[in-house]
Amino acid sequence: MSVPQYRKAAALALVAGLGFSLTACSTKSDDKDTNAGGKVTITVDCQPVGAQKELLKNWNDDVAEFQRQNPDIVIKSVSVGEQCNNPPDFTARLAGGTVTDVFYGYMTDLQQVLDSGQAMDISQHVNKNTIPTWDSVDPALKEVFTDGGKLYAVPVKNYSMGLVYNKALFQQAGLDVNNPPKTWGEVRAAAKKISALGNGIAGYSEYSAGNTGGWHFTSLLYSQGGQVLSADGKKADFNNPMGKQVLQNLKDMRYGDNSMGSRQLLQWGDLLTNAGAGKVGMFIGAPDATQAIVSQFQGKFQDWAMSPLPGQDGLAKGTLGGGEGYFFKKDLTPEQVKAGLKWIAYQKLTPGKGQFDYVRAKPQNYPVGLPQPLLFANGSEAQKQELELRKANANVDTANFAIFEATPVPIKGEPRNAQAVYAVLDAAMSGVLTNPNSNIDALLKTAEEKVNQLLAAES
Amino acid sequence: MAITTVPGTTRKPGRPTPPHTGPQRTSLGRKVRDNLTGHAFLIGAVLCFVVFSWYPMIRGIVMSFQRTRRGETTWVGWDNYSRIIADPSFWPAWQNTLYFTVLALALGYAVPFFVAILLNEFRHAKGYLRILVYLPVMLPPASALYLFKFYAYDPSEAGLFNAILKALHLPTSQWMQSPEMTMPAMVIASTWMNMGGAVLIYLASLQNIPGELYEAAELDGAGIWKRIRHVTIPQTRLILALLAMIQIVATMQLFIEPLILANGAGAEDSATSVAYLIYQHGFFQNDLNGAAALGVIMLVVLAGFSAAYLRLSAKQD
Repeated sequence: MSVPQYRKAAALALVAGLGFSLTACSTKSDDKDTNAGGKVTITVDCQPVGAQKELLKNWNDDVAEFQRQNPDIVIKSVSVGEQCNNPPDFTARLAGGTVTDVFYGYMTDLQQVLDSGQAMDISQHVNKNTIPTWDSVDPALKEVFTDGGKLYAVPVKNYSMGLVYNKALFQQAGLDVNNPPKTWGEVRAAAKKISALGNGIAGYSEYSAGNTGGWHFTSLLYSQGGQVLSADGKKADFNNPMGKQVLQNLKDMRYGDNSMGSRQLLQWGDLLTNAGAGKVGMFIGAPDATQAIVSQFQGKFQDWAMSPLPGQDGLAKGTLGGGEGYFFKKDLTPEQVKAGLKWIAYQKLTPGKGQFDYVRAKPQNYPVGLPQPLLFANGSEAQKQELELRKANANVDTANFAIFEATPVPIKGEPRNAQAVYAVLDAAMSGVLTNPNSNIDALLKTAEEKVNQLLAAES
Repeated sequence: MAITTVPGTTRKPGRPTPPHTGPQRTSLGRKVRDNLTGHAFLIGAVLCFVVFSWYPMIRGIVMSFQRTRRGETTWVGWDNYSRIIADPSFWPAWQNTLYFTVLALALGYAVPFFVAILLNEFRHAKGYLRILVYLPVMLPPASALYLFKFYAYDPSEAGLFNAILKALHLPTSQWMQSPEMTMPAMVIASTWMNMGGAVLIYLASLQNIPGELYEAAELDGAGIWKRIRHVTIPQTRLILALLAMIQIVATMQLFIEPLILANGAGAEDSATSVAYLIYQHGFFQNDLNGAAALGVIMLVVLAGFSAAYLRLSAKQD
């Protein structure tokens, strides 16, 4: 072969290779619902990542056992990272149509999922036959995933916020671990004592970036009895004495007492990293924040306890609640939906199995005995079973959460268009936490104008 | 009369002339056949551009005139544009971005040029110094920015920059936690990260300047500043102009610096850039259409700027 012929051959091979590659890329898999053996196959996300060894083993064991019990179903697990719903990734998967057949989402994601057109109405499929404990699931949680009378997801976890505190630092600071702060005044006094320990310890720590500042502002405002938006959702409703009190409390701790540490603009991982390192005395969070501190940020369970969210003059008037569930991708066959529901029933909603397999979790480095999730309605049979198992296998000192559990605070959901509102409120939070001369009135007025502009543009 | 042959136009012996099947077809067919290898290699690059650049760009423009709700996509005309312009963060984001661009031009453009002049003057250890200047470019941007965030810009006195300021008996700074310092701090980090590439380009350009020009200038009594002003700058004008445009276009797309150094919007929104606002709308606010509209606005602004700049440069030439 002459040189030009070689060149031609190489060029043709290159073109053919590219053609084959493109063809391969564009070939749509048509074996998604059944395989040659007549089995129903579903893909499910939120499989733990490799670094979460015990959780991953538990998941894989659950899949194996479920498939043994249901030989006609094949579960294909997909891991989407340690945080199953990192908003940018989640949005990209929704927009790109690459979500799994059964996919994880937050309660606040319902509108986004519906807008993307990726979810299907599962109302007709969900019942006692597909999920044996369905009648025991708290109706309020089902309602969160319902739109226009149609159910779009199955709730699998819920939370509400309280005051999470480090018992070891409380003891070092001479504070009573059994009598945690009940008001924001008491939080301030305790934070002052804890930060006096020095060594870069913040008595109280708070978010102010990546939309998490607005998220926590909302919970703090609920504790004062306020609301972020008016009842009709058309106007901002935080530029009032309650909103001012929220920011004033933080400013007093940050600059009046210097009890919140020097590094601000924190978001989720930053604060929990500091907490895991024993540098945070108190913060507001859900019970599973302690799990993240231990499993992801090298903290110790025995150091952490929880009490209800403090209020201004007494118990908080409200606290922020949320949770998560599994959606079903549009165009699934009825067999796939049933298989998916069966899997969720097994792994997420059966006392003694999957996430409620407390016997298995007890010796592992994951907490048993936390007061949440509370998926099952009060007095239901499933709740009784779950609570008994939880109590019998607790590996954390349940006394650490007893006050939180015994003192329920009214739970309120997140506002409409939550992330956009949180982004605006981040500026107010960062203002009081980074500027000693910040003007609270001006910060709230600016945030109010921005939220109103935003809501007007949306409508 | 001498006959000259243009290289590449002589036909190789033994290669038969293809039969004529029509003037245009023959010419095109021959061209394709003659350049088959070139075309084949080009296909990959063209496909990459089509799939990863041009299609997303066109798709973005289309999306900016649509709205997707409940899985239904409808045409909404200019609604997304009016909505995004009404966003309270729209103008502050442009202000922040322009401020960063101006600062980056003042610092990030001038510093590499003078570093290159300095390096060009060194007679010894040239290679080592060039590697030293280029090293930060090899560091992944995210790692470099985390270094700045946690070690240089720590607002306590333990932070590297604050420790230096304290040692010099100068007031310390809150760096990223101060709305006034947010942009300068981002520009310092960005300049440190990116300067190596620009320095190398300037160095190459400087080494093309004939030595005689400097010798003549020296004989005429020109000092170092006069030599830079009257020899170096005019001789590197084209490269300077090109890099200025590239730098402005690149800095207007400011994103990773606010995302990492300021955890997003920064203290009182002082770090919100246009690109970050696009990210917020697209990935946090369930507003991909609004994000697309803002992306198109940015595209138009940058394209307009580039066209005007090139036209002005052409006129000067």
